[in-house]
Amino acid sequence: MCLAIPALVTELLPDDMARVSLDGVSKVISLALVDDVAVGDYVILHVGYALTRLDADEAERTLELLDEAAAAHLAATAA
Amino acid sequence: MKYVDEYRDATRARSLAAAIRAEAVPGAAYAFMEFCGGHTHAISRYGIEDLLPPAIRMIHGPGCPVCVLPVGRIDAAIALARDPRVTLCTYADLMRVPASRGTSLQKAKAEGADIRMVYSTLDALAIAAAEPEREVVFFAIGFETTTPPTAVAVQRAQREGLTNFSVFCNHVLTPVAMRAILTTGGEDAVRLDGFVGPAHVSTVIGTAPYEAVSAEFHKPVVVAGFEPLDVMQSILLLVRQVNEGRAEVENQYIRAVTPAGNQRAQAVMAEVFELRDRFEWRGLGWVPLSALRLRAEYARFDAEVRFGMETPSASDNPACECGAILRGVKRPAECRLFGTACTPETPMGSCMVSSEGACAAHWTYGRFRMPARRAS
Repeated sequence: MCLAIPALVTELLPDDMARVSLDGVSKVISLALVDDVAVGDYVILHVGYALTRLDADEAERTLELLDEAAAAHLAATAA
Repeated sequence: MKYVDEYRDATRARSLAAAIRAEAVPGAAYAFMEFCGGHTHAISRYGIEDLLPPAIRMIHGPGCPVCVLPVGRIDAAIALARDPRVTLCTYADLMRVPASRGTSLQKAKAEGADIRMVYSTLDALAIAAAEPEREVVFFAIGFETTTPPTAVAVQRAQREGLTNFSVFCNHVLTPVAMRAILTTGGEDAVRLDGFVGPAHVSTVIGTAPYEAVSAEFHKPVVVAGFEPLDVMQSILLLVRQVNEGRAEVENQYIRAVTPAGNQRAQAVMAEVFELRDRFEWRGLGWVPLSALRLRAEYARFDAEVRFGMETPSASDNPACECGAILRGVKRPAECRLFGTACTPETPMGSCMVSSEGACAAHWTYGRFRMPARRAS
């Protein structure tokens, strides 16, 4: 029910709407719940509404943290 | 798909699994509840439990809106849909939920009720605008993720002067349900060492609302994304908190969740909705201040007021263990209906309907593990 997926904003439309691309599938959604979305942003899409903007820097940092956890484990087992 | 595939990477998953195995203290017992049905689905689908050491047990929580909606509310929606003036718009998840006397929205539709599946509240508004002679009612369910889109629809209906649109509101609240689980005593008490916190609920409410529950009951909460690596990293963070005796709210899903959440969405919700004194949950019973209704200013959009709806309590199938499963006290396979009378094709209880229900997830993915587990 709370499933939501990342969608790339490709065009801003009147009345707080936008066109997004979901891996190439185009869909018109509402931006009524988010501020300052620009073309090229990724948003989290849920039941036709963008819930939040996806933070590209934090997404990258999450992957770094994942790799750090793995590296720490490898170092510990090697020692 | 960007921002999805990299969080399903098998190499990273193996390293994370090794890190979890290394840090979980042998002989200790960790019991973590994934509150949200989206996590239940991910854990089953990606076989995450198979990657965890025996010391860690995942308990499925009540965060599946279809699962916790009591029969009485579905009965009321079906009764409303049988009114010849009414078009009932619903998310597809609800269509097959068993209601009283062997019926469901799907069966009522087959019998002639005007029930339509929609993807979005925007679709329900479009139907109301296109068919002004119909009374279009949106069957609103869901936690805080799904609530703001309902609020936006109500405001938009008011702005556009739609007089034939209303909402049957069943929106419920996450932190209150967490507290209800932790305060349940007696033989229904469930031993928990921490929560995997909801992903998209938290995009809206932020991480701050979990602070009080976490502190009061000394339970760690790690808000987690819905991809398998998100869930595994969160389990690692929970193991570390337990090992160090900490009970903090941590945020693994930093790419979408902030401490304060989406304040614009919170403002829209607060404008349209207010707390109900109490609301009935399947599994948790009547919980005070656990759900929302429309404010008096929006009464004409409130289907319960507009149609004088009655929502009496009704009983589940007495053999169905959904209630105990939603509280985390029982596992799906412990229900004697599971996989016999009750399958996703012919669900007897709500947990077998939604793909994120504990029983449906276990039927679709988890049951294939059972022989191996029995053998071991």
